[in-house]
Amino acid sequence: MALLTTVAAHAPDTDVGLYRTVRLIRRFEERAVELVRSGDIIGGIHPYTGQEAIAAGVCAALRLDDMITSTHRGHGHVLAKGADPARVLAELAGRATGLNKGRGGSMHAADFALGILGANAIVGANGAITAGAAWAARQSGGDQVAVSFFGDGAVNQGVLLEAMNLASLWRLPVLFVCENNGYATTLTVSDAVAGTITGRGEAFGMPSATVDGMDPRTVLAAAREAVDRARAGGGPSLVECLTYRFDAHHTWEHKARVRYRDDAEVLSGRERDPVEIQGVRLAGGERARVDAEVESMMDTAVAFALDSPHPDPVGALDHLYATGMRARPGGGG
Amino acid sequence: MPWLSYQKALNRALGDELARDPAVFVLGEDVRVAVSNVTAGLLKRFGPDRVLDTPLSEQAFTSFATGAALGGRRPVIEFQIPALLYLAFEQIVNQAHKFSLMTGGQTRVPVTYLVPGSGSKTGWAGQHSDHPYALFAHAGVKTVVPATPEDAYGLLTTAIRDDDPVVVFAPAAALGVRVDVDFDALAPVPLGVGRVHRAGEDVTVVAVGHLVHDALAVAEELAGDVSVEVFDPRTVYPFDWDGLAASVARTGRLVVVDDSNRMCGIAAEVVATAAERCDLTAPPVRVTRPDGAVVPFALGLDLAVQPDRAQLTAAIQKVLKQ
Ligand SMILES: Cc1ncc(C[n+]2csc(CCOP(=O)(O)OP(=O)(O)O)c2C)c(N)n1
Ligand SMILES: [Mg+2]
Repeated sequence: MALLTTVAAHAPDTDVGLYRTVRLIRRFEERAVELVRSGDIIGGIHPYTGQEAIAAGVCAALRLDDMITSTHRGHGHVLAKGADPARVLAELAGRATGLNKGRGGSMHAADFALGILGANAIVGANGAITAGAAWAARQSGGDQVAVSFFGDGAVNQGVLLEAMNLASLWRLPVLFVCENNGYATTLTVSDAVAGTITGRGEAFGMPSATVDGMDPRTVLAAAREAVDRARAGGGPSLVECLTYRFDAHHTWEHKARVRYRDDAEVLSGRERDPVEIQGVRLAGGERARVDAEVESMMDTAVAFALDSPHPDPVGALDHLYATGMRARPGGGG
Repeated sequence: MPWLSYQKALNRALGDELARDPAVFVLGEDVRVAVSNVTAGLLKRFGPDRVLDTPLSEQAFTSFATGAALGGRRPVIEFQIPALLYLAFEQIVNQAHKFSLMTGGQTRVPVTYLVPGSGSKTGWAGQHSDHPYALFAHAGVKTVVPATPEDAYGLLTTAIRDDDPVVVFAPAAALGVRVDVDFDALAPVPLGVGRVHRAGEDVTVVAVGHLVHDALAVAEELAGDVSVEVFDPRTVYPFDWDGLAASVARTGRLVVVDDSNRMCGIAAEVVATAAERCDLTAPPVRVTRPDGAVVPFALGLDLAVQPDRAQLTAAIQKVLKQ
C-alpha cells in the first residue's frame, strides 16, 4: 500500500497533473539533497533537477501497466511512473521500508507492480532489457509499451545500439528516450558524439525526433505519438529531449567543485525551468494548492524515511537467489 | 536400451522443456538451422516464436533475455563460443544475476546460458578454447558442468526450471560421450548435488566435466594397486561441499583435476575448502591448466596445457606416497 497518493492518482496528462509531477520531482530532489548533506543518505545521488519535464511528459503518456527502465539519475522516472515518494525516499535512505527493502538505493529503485523494471547504474545497459520486456509482453498477447530512459552518454554504448537494432528489427513496442542534458559527467556532447543522436535512431529505421525537453507539454505530445505508434504495432521510436541539468552530476560535486561549466552557463541553462514553464499554465490558486500538497507529501515522506527501520544485517544476502539458496555461512566451510 | 549422446541429451532436454512450459524459448546465433546441432528439430516443432535467431549482438540479446525473463519468460541462450561469455559478462553477472537482490526480491531472472562446446576443441586456438566456469562460480552465478549425457539432460532441465540465471557449460570433449539409457529414466538433476561415479578407499579424485571420464579411466588402470573414488561435483556453484567432505572422510586423500587455469580456479577452491573442513592425511594436489594459460594452436601445444591422464596418474601416486 502506498503511504502517499502517487502521480498516477492525479490524471498526470493534464496541465495540473504535469505540474504536480514536475513539482513533486523537484521538491523530492531538493529534499533528497538535504538528506545527503545531513548524512541520512549515504553514497549521494544524481539529482534530476532541471530534467523533470521529460519524466513527467513521457510517463503521462503511459498506462499503469506499461513499463519503464531508468538510469543512475532515475528518481524522476520512478516517481513519474507512480511510485510512492515515501518509499522511494526510504530506499534512498537505505531503509527496510524502501521500494527495494534498502537493497538497491538511489541507482536501482524498482517497483515491478508499477512496471518500473529498475533504474540501472550501468550507462546504456537498460535498452536491451527494455526490448526483452516489450517482446515478452507482446508474446503474451498484451499491448504494453516499454520505455527506456537514458542520457546522451549512453548513445555511444554498443549494447544500446545493438538493442536499437533488435527493437527495430523485431518491431518491438519500445520508446527510446534520450535525455540530452549536454554532458556525460563532465564530457560535453560535442566532445563525445559523432553524427547526431537522432541519426542513430534513423540508422535503424526508427522514427526519431528532437524535442524541447524543458516543456512537459511538448514532451507529452512527442511521447504520446511514439507510444501510440508502438502500441498499434508500428515499432519503436527514438525521442531526443534537449534539457539541462541544473545541479551537480552527482552530489560529490557539491564538495569537489569540479570545473567543467562556468556560472554564466549554469545561470542561463536554468533560465528555462520546467517547473516555471508548466507552473504559469495554472491559475494562481491552483498552483499554490499543488505546491502546498507537494510540500506536505514531502514532509510526510521525509519523516517516514527517517523513522523507518534499518534492514537487519543478518539478511544482507537475502533475495540474492530467487530460489532461496544461501551463501556459505561466514564464507567458510 | 537406446544410445543417448551428450549432444542429443541437450537437444532432448530443450525439446522436453519447450513442450512442457510455454514460457520457455531458445535464442542465439544460427539456432534455427541448428549449426551446433543442439537445437536440431526445434524450429519445426515449436515455430519461430520459440526459437529465435538473433543478430550477432551478444550483449543485447543477453540482456534481451533478462528483460524477457522479467516479463515471465524462461529464455535459454545458446552461445556459439565459450569466449562470447566475456562479451556478455556484464549482462550476466552485473545485470541478470543482481536483479533479485537489488530489487529486494521483487523479481527473478530465470535465464539459462548454454555453452555447447566449452574448453578446447583441439585446433581452434586461443579465442575458442577457454572453459571459463570458475569466473561465474566466483561471481556467484549458478554454474553447472555436466559430464555425462544423463546429467547433461538432468542439469539443463533443472537450469531451465530454476528461477535464477544458470550457466551450463557442456565441455566440447564430452559432447560425443554416449550412454545406453532408458529414455524414460531421464530426470532433472538437482543443482549442488555431486555424484560418486566410482567408490574407492585410498584417494578422492574430484573431476570436473569431461575429465570425469579421464578420471574413471585412470581409476580403472590403477585398480589393482589403488582404490580411487571419483567424485563429480556436476554443479560448480553451488558446490556439493557435504558430498566432498563425505568422500574425503572415507579416503583422507585428495586430487582435483580441473581443465581451467590454476590461479583462482575451482581446483583451488576445492583444495582450500578440504583443507579447512577435512582431515587430510596428505597434502592435496591439483591437476589443471597452468596459471594464466592461453591455449596455443598447434596440436602438441594445445594438449600441453590441458590436464591429461598421465598427470592425473602422477598426482595420485604423489598423494599416496605421503
Ligand atoms: C558503462 C558506464 N560507464 C561509466 C559509468 C560512470 N558514469 C556514471 S554516470 C556517467 C555519465 C552519464 O552521462 P549521461 O548518459 O549523459 O547521463 P547524465 O548523467 O547526464 O544523466 C558516467 C560516465 C557508468 N556508470 N557506466
Ligand atoms: Mg548527459
